[in-house]
Amino acid sequence: MTSASDIADAVTRLAREESGRVLALLTRRFRNLDAADDAVQEALITALTAWKSGIPKNPAAWLYTVARNALIDQVRRAEASRRQLHAAAFELTAHHTNHNEEGEPDLIMDASSLGDERLRLLLLCCHPALDRDTQVALTLRLAGGLTAAEVAAAYLLPEATLTQRVVRAKRKIREAGMPLSIPANLNERVGALLRVLYLIFNEGYLSRGAEHVTRVDLITEAIRLTRQVVDELPSSAEAEGLLALQLYHHARSASRVDGVGELVLLERQYRSGWNLAEVTEANARLRSAMTHMAPGPYQVQAIIAGHHANARTAADTDWSAIAELYRQLAQMAPNPVVDLNRAVAIAMADGPLAGLAMLDRLTGLNDYHLFHATRGELLARAGRPAAASFERARQLTNNDAERRHLARRITETSAASSALPPETPGRTAPST
Amino acid sequence: MEFMILIHSDESTPPPAPGEPGFEEFMGEWMSYNQSLIEGGHWVSAASLAPTITATTLRRSPGQAPEIVDGPFAETKEQFGGYYLISAESLDEAIELAGKLPIGSGSLEIRPVAFRPDAE
Repeated sequence: MTSASDIADAVTRLAREESGRVLALLTRRFRNLDAADDAVQEALITALTAWKSGIPKNPAAWLYTVARNALIDQVRRAEASRRQLHAAAFELTAHHTNHNEEGEPDLIMDASSLGDERLRLLLLCCHPALDRDTQVALTLRLAGGLTAAEVAAAYLLPEATLTQRVVRAKRKIREAGMPLSIPANLNERVGALLRVLYLIFNEGYLSRGAEHVTRVDLITEAIRLTRQVVDELPSSAEAEGLLALQLYHHARSASRVDGVGELVLLERQYRSGWNLAEVTEANARLRSAMTHMAPGPYQVQAIIAGHHANARTAADTDWSAIAELYRQLAQMAPNPVVDLNRAVAIAMADGPLAGLAMLDRLTGLNDYHLFHATRGELLARAGRPAAASFERARQLTNNDAERRHLARRITETSAASSALPPETPGRTAPST
Repeated sequence: MEFMILIHSDESTPPPAPGEPGFEEFMGEWMSYNQSLIEGGHWVSAASLAPTITATTLRRSPGQAPEIVDGPFAETKEQFGGYYLISAESLDEAIELAGKLPIGSGSLEIRPVAFRPDAE
C-alpha cells in the first residue's frame, strides 16, 4: 500500500509535468480538445484510488493509456448509437477509421519521440483569437496541468467564473476551427506565448507577500512552462531571455519578504539569502540567449536583473549601466513604467534631483501607485516633504504588504527623512 | 471547414466607380484576390452590397405583422458592406486569407459556417 499523501503528490506532479503533453497527443489523435481534457482529468482522479497498490513506474504512460482507452470507449459508444440511428452502416464504418487506433504508433513516453506536442498546445492556448484572460487561464489549466480551483485561487476569482471561461474557450477552439498545429507565423505566435508566460510570472511576483498562502506558486508554474518553451525552441533568444529574467527574480524571491510578510527593499535584502545556484543558471541562460544576436525586451530586462543579482553589495550596483539599459528597453517597447524605472536608476547614479527631474517629465502614470511611491522616496531623499506622495501611493495599491510598507514610510517621513528608493524590477512590462 | 468573412468598412469614402480614374486598378486587385481564392480551392461565394442608404429593415415580433423600417443608416463608423464565403483548413488559414483581402482599412469578422443548406 502506498500512502494517500504520496499518491496525491505523485498525481499532482504528473498533472503539472506531463498532463499537458498527454493532452496535446490525445487532442491530435482524437481531434477533440474538450473530450481529451475530460478524459485526462478523469484519469487523474482515477489515479488517486487506482495507485493504492503502487505508483506505476511510468505515470505519464499510465495517464496516456487510461485516458486514451476512455476516449476509444467514448468513440465506440457514439458510433454504436449512430449505427442504431442510421441504416447506412456502411458509410459509418468507413468514417470509423478516422478515429481508429490503426496506423497510429502507440505512445512511447520518451522525450525524443514527442517532438513539439507541448509547444503546439501552448501556442493554441495563447492563440490571438482568444482574449488575454482566456489565454492565461487556458495556459495554466490545460498546458500547466493546474485544476480549475487552483487557477481560480491564484487569480482570486470564483471557481465558477474560471470554469466558465475555460468551457467557453474550449467551445470556441472546437467550433471555430482553431488548429493544434505549428503556425506559419511562428515568431509572432511565440511572442504572444511569451507575453502570457511573462504575465503569469508577474502576477506571481506581485502576489508574493500578500496573505494568500494557499495560492499555487505562479512563479514556479511560469518558470516550468517557460523551460518547456526553451526546450522546444532552443533558437528563440527571447524565450531563453525570459527564462533568465524569471530565474534572476526567483533567486531573490525568498529575501523579498521578511519573516512577518513585510516587503524588504532591494538595497536592504539579505544578499546571502539569494539562491546562488539559480543566479548561476540565469547567467548561463542569459549568455546562451545572447549568442543568437537577436536582442529583445526580455533579454534587456534579464541583463538589468543580472546587474542586480550579480552585484555583491547594493553599493556595487552599476546604476549608470542600468539607466542606459532602461533607455534601450524604452526604445524597443515604449512604456511609461520603463521610464519610471529609468528615473530610479538615474536617481541612484546621479542623485535624487536628477531622478525627480526625469519623473516630472513622465505622463500617464498618475494612477500608478509605484509612480507616487517612487516620487515619495526621491523627495524624501532630497530632503523635501514626501508624506503626501506616499499617501497617494497607499490609496492606489491593493497589496497589503505594500500598504503596510507605505504607511510606515508616511510615519517615518513625517518625522525625519532617511529614505531609500523603492524596489521596482518585476513591474517592467515589455510592451502594451 | 467553411468560414464567412463579413466585411465592415467606412462606406463614406466609396471606391472609384466604373469610368473614374483608378477604377481599373481597384477592380484588378479584387479580381486577382478572387482568382487566388479560386486557384487555392478556397472559393465558395462572395458578394458586395449596395450602400446602407439602400437598406430596408424588417422587424419581426411574434404574432405581429412585420414592421418595415428605412435603414439602418450609417450611425457607426463602419458598415457591413459585403462578404466572402471561403473554404479553409482551419481558423489560422481563414485568418491568413482574410489578411490578404485588398481593403485599406476596416474590420473583417470571421465566423465558421455552422450549416449551409446548399453545401454539397
